Amino acid sequence: MANHSTTTPAHLLHHYVDSDQQFDAAKLGMWIFIVTETLMFGGLFGAYIVYRVLYPELFTLASEELDTIMGSINTVVLIGSSLTVALAIKSAQVNNKRNIIINLAITLALACVFMIIKYFEYTHKFELGIFPGVYYEYGGIDHPQAHIFFSIYYMMTGLHGIHITIGIGLMIWLLVKASKNEFHSGYYTPVEIVGLYWHLVDIIWIFLFPLFYLID
Amino acid sequence: MATAEASSNISKVQVRRYKPEEYAEHNYLNVAKGLWSWLTSVDHKRIGILYLVTTTFFFLVGGVMALLLRIELWTPAQTFVDANTYNQLFTLHGAIMIFLFLVPSVPAVLGNFILPIQVGAKDMALPRLNLFSYYLYAIGSLIAVYSILHGGIDTGWTFYTPYSSQTGGAVTSLVFGVFVVGFSSILTAVNIIATIHKLRAPGITWSKLSLFGWSLYATSIIIILATPVLAITLLLLTMERIFGIGIFDPALGGDPILFQHFFWFYSHPAVYIMIVPGFGIVSEIVSTFTRKVIFGYWAIAISSLAIAFIGFLVWGHHMFVSGQASLASMVFSFLSFLVGIPTGIKIFNWLATMHRGSISLRTPLLYILGFLFLFTIGGFTGIALATLALDVHVHDTYYVVAHFHFVMVGGMVMAFMGGLHYWWPKMFGRMYNQAVAKIGCLLIFLGFNLTFMPQFIMGIQGMPRRYFNYIDQFQGLHQISTIGAFVLGIGFIIAIANFIMAIYKGKKAGANPWGSRALEWQIPSPVPPHNFDHIPVIIHGPYDYHQPMADFQLGLATNGHAPAHGAEISAEKQETEE
Repeated sequence: MANHSTTTPAHLLHHYVDSDQQFDAAKLGMWIFIVTETLMFGGLFGAYIVYRVLYPELFTLASEELDTIMGSINTVVLIGSSLTVALAIKSAQVNNKRNIIINLAITLALACVFMIIKYFEYTHKFELGIFPGVYYEYGGIDHPQAHIFFSIYYMMTGLHGIHITIGIGLMIWLLVKASKNEFHSGYYTPVEIVGLYWHLVDIIWIFLFPLFYLID
Repeated sequence: MATAEASSNISKVQVRRYKPEEYAEHNYLNVAKGLWSWLTSVDHKRIGILYLVTTTFFFLVGGVMALLLRIELWTPAQTFVDANTYNQLFTLHGAIMIFLFLVPSVPAVLGNFILPIQVGAKDMALPRLNLFSYYLYAIGSLIAVYSILHGGIDTGWTFYTPYSSQTGGAVTSLVFGVFVVGFSSILTAVNIIATIHKLRAPGITWSKLSLFGWSLYATSIIIILATPVLAITLLLLTMERIFGIGIFDPALGGDPILFQHFFWFYSHPAVYIMIVPGFGIVSEIVSTFTRKVIFGYWAIAISSLAIAFIGFLVWGHHMFVSGQASLASMVFSFLSFLVGIPTGIKIFNWLATMHRGSISLRTPLLYILGFLFLFTIGGFTGIALATLALDVHVHDTYYVVAHFHFVMVGGMVMAFMGGLHYWWPKMFGRMYNQAVAKIGCLLIFLGFNLTFMPQFIMGIQGMPRRYFNYIDQFQGLHQISTIGAFVLGIGFIIAIANFIMAIYKGKKAGANPWGSRALEWQIPSPVPPHNFDHIPVIIHGPYDYHQPMADFQLGLATNGHAPAHGAEISAEKQETEE
């Protein structure tokens, strides 16, 4: 058949002409999904803007409760993990299978570090009585609507945390596949699209960090 | 040998034409047997049929609820259900019809089935994702069913806060179900865009893409951009109910109007998610049954995208009486008028296509004529509702209910029924009974008008929507409306029964019973498992009715590689030998 090359690689699904077409379709699909994610967070950023305009002094007051050092460490951690996931893709392109595994493992470890730091941040706030909405019982912020800030904070960082957790799951899945030698320079689509997802999660944090931690 | 020359850098492609067989011995229906083979299939055609069965089920559930509502409204006071049940019925009728039927119906049923064939592909771009999206839909709808059985919901399908964050019942679980179904439609949209971009066969350029494909493309863009905003809105509402985060609760310093902004930012584009695929079906059917080149191909294609774009700027027209700034209301009112322009462009292009065409009044075209009539009324009353002063008068009355049903049932459902009648022979290889189909169509058309025309009148006279009781003067009109609803219901039952009979008793339809030029009709019916044995080379567009039928045999590149997907092929027509 003229449309097909003579040898069909194992990863190629029947309805694609060649690997490039399959790769392009998957990558386009992921980009579109990223647009979706952007708008989903966009709704929360919209809510953030509305309440910051309504209660501008609240945001600067409440922001002081957030630990800027912890936040900064997490920012560095996530940017570092974005670098390693990019290196994993590069390793796949040059067919260096050992480096794929190493870079994915570092990414996974950094993602876990992020979640651990986040855990300490959350538990510290819970100890103070900073809960969202009606359960808020902390007296340290002199503003009647202080719970609103933390409702938005928990919603945005919480949804972001869920995305990190999903990312951790995806990294484990990639590691399993990589250890079975499934990725090589001819086929690394899953690494590429998880990498795109990971960059998205990273960039959302890069917006969240200054909007919550650095406004005081 | 006909020779097709690739336009630019690609060398000459020898194209051998081949005539597909009328009936394929192996088709997607008989390639594997058993329920399990259906539930695990990644074949776009089988997934389309799964969607068809499920959405039809929910259409019937929602329809029965509508009939119960209409029976209750037979008398001004309580007829047979109590007020709370009535509230739950209209909420669930709306939520089921919109989220479980209208949104997935055309993209997930007909889009799944027809689009890959129309672009000359063997499947959707991401087949496993396609099956996954079906299961998300199934899970989401099961959660919705669970909510109905465990407490019900009385908020109306709009879930307005603060009522929805305080009322009892299963709001949280229904909202979660809608959230999951939303993800299903996002994944379907991702698949449609990836398919149209990456899987078009050689020769299918953007200017040869079917208008159904264009409409699905525009729809997918809306789904991608709007649905995630609904998702986050519903998530916030859920958190409001579980943790009392207070974002929409004025008692906690929140803003309930923000919910309306969020909700309508999705739900206004969502009505275009529901209607724009219907426009695509109309284009296909009008061209096929008038035997004419579609008039204004680019105008129809681009106006879909224009509707998608403007649709994002008009959500505030749902909130004229919410207390938003009067300047904002004026801007939203003006922008809402603009939607009438691309929609009008479409209507006039379809009429121009029919003008002096060789019209054959088969069932699919009858549905589309019904569409043109009802949708035009629905559209014009929409313009009326976008008018600020008039809207304040008819806001939240039966006028709005009638307008919405004219565009959704009179527009979208008529187009969907037309599409099903059009593609049924392709899907199952059998022709339905024409006379019965026409009777069904007629009953649906008459029943629909009988149901909703009186509602316009009641609305203008001030009958509010969602009311359990009403004053005596409306009883006559309400009773006409109820009778109409039953005629409408009987029409749908006849049409569906006719479809099911066709599968078992219908005559074999053949590959191209309508004599269409579109690509899906050039392959056998029912469709073979992989649609095309070879990736075809397409030389003519789907609406080239000025070309003789013989030209519409598929091409197959015979020397070397076929040109890249979607590449342009300028075919110099030479004499064809079989």
